[in-house]
Amino acid sequence: MTALVIENLSHGFGRRKALSDVSLTIDPGAFMVLLGPNGAGKTTLVSLATGLYNAQQGDIRIFGHSISRDPLPALADLGVVFQMPTLDLDLTVMDNLAYHAALRGLSRAKGLERASVELERLGIAERAHDKVRALSGGLRRRVEIARALLHDPRLLIVDEATAGLDVAGRHMLLTHVRSLCGEGISVLWATHMLDEIEPADRLAVLHRGSLRWTGAASELASPENLEAAFLQLMGEAA
Amino acid sequence: MSMRHAALAFSGIMRREMLRFIGQHGRFAAAIVRPLVWLGIFAAGFRSVLGLSIIPPYQTYILYEVYIVPGLAGMMLLFHGMQNSLSMVYDREMGSMRVLLTAPLPRWWLLGARLLASTITVLPVVYGFLLLARFWEVRPPAFGYAAALPALVLAGLMLGAFGLALSSLIRQLENFAGVMNFVIFPAFFASTALYPLWRLEEVSPVLAAFAWANPFSHAVELIRFALYGQLEPFSLLVCSVSLIVFFSLAVWGYDPGRGFWARRAVE
Repeated sequence: MTALVIENLSHGFGRRKALSDVSLTIDPGAFMVLLGPNGAGKTTLVSLATGLYNAQQGDIRIFGHSISRDPLPALADLGVVFQMPTLDLDLTVMDNLAYHAALRGLSRAKGLERASVELERLGIAERAHDKVRALSGGLRRRVEIARALLHDPRLLIVDEATAGLDVAGRHMLLTHVRSLCGEGISVLWATHMLDEIEPADRLAVLHRGSLRWTGAASELASPENLEAAFLQLMGEAA
Repeated sequence: MSMRHAALAFSGIMRREMLRFIGQHGRFAAAIVRPLVWLGIFAAGFRSVLGLSIIPPYQTYILYEVYIVPGLAGMMLLFHGMQNSLSMVYDREMGSMRVLLTAPLPRWWLLGARLLASTITVLPVVYGFLLLARFWEVRPPAFGYAAALPALVLAGLMLGAFGLALSSLIRQLENFAGVMNFVIFPAFFASTALYPLWRLEEVSPVLAAFAWANPFSHAVELIRFALYGQLEPFSLLVCSVSLIVFFSLAVWGYDPGRGFWARRAVE
């Protein structure tokens, strides 16, 4: 079954149209990059896909469950890392993860066990009992990735998680998230950074609320010509 | 929604509320010091100014301190409810609200769990104040402390639901100062927390009518009567209906399809 189906999605705030007639699909285990400049509508799309509010038109289905009509099973399969940091700064890493685990229906013992496993995989197990406030931006992002994976989601949505991180931090995060596809997790990776795209990735280019291009990244351009192709797409839209 | 999942989520929300409340030392201290200042300074000064007749549930003439304590317990719940509202707005601006709202549970449950957890969190502090008030010779009967528990819970839920509904209306943190001035202070001062209704009627019938219609007055009266082992049915009714109305408004406000949240531009 398709991991994520977005059909004819449109949404606006007042008179401003944030998304217009966007359709895309993600297969199980696929890594899809949602590429767009700032203000393209990526965060609106993520907010709608995570059920924060309902789209004015169109539908979003996660493993067959509509996020507006049948939100609970849809959300159960979903892990999210929002663009905006969402950790409680004054709680410890473990308390943050335990809170999320409880919201996801994991027992405390199971939640702590899963948290330990994910923190270990991300190389931050030794910071488990530190307050989040004491962590660097890069480490906080790793905690958010660990948190999004606690309940074993089948679809992971990551919205501009590498913004503001140094090169090593970005590389670490991206490599880890890409490796999740090998475990069967589908990933929607929203970004405006062209160097985060690999030729084999599925690519959806969003600009001013409309999809300008979808397909394999290699079909759009070779890695060295990707920037020019992207700018051309933006230019055509202008 | 399975009952087990719902219960686990509530325990997680409860634990987070406790950790945050205890961790915020300033807020914790203010919660207990604020009513003590009112009791120890304001009430002492007013004691000689304000004469009180015998009014139910009291059976004798009482000191002003005795009159004001239920109102101050109500004030603690009111301020806590507003603080909770503030933290909802803060959570929304800081993003952590998203974690709560993307949990695979109905929103009414998530909001209700947060409301209940927040109310339970403040109860030990209210009881701490009621016990300290014994030093000011405010000594309700022992069973009154037990009888006050459901009254405090209902009043706390009602005032918390009011804060929750407000939080869905406030777009930005900065607007909260306005809410303090135009909502909390009128709710507190135009109520029976500090003066009995008959006193207000003597001064201004309009103010008295406002105090009579003010749900906060009924929260205070519910607590006052309960502390002396009595039930005030009309206050119970007003608090219950107000709770339903405010909570429904909050659920509407946070509804992904209809509420203010849906119309809000992405931050």
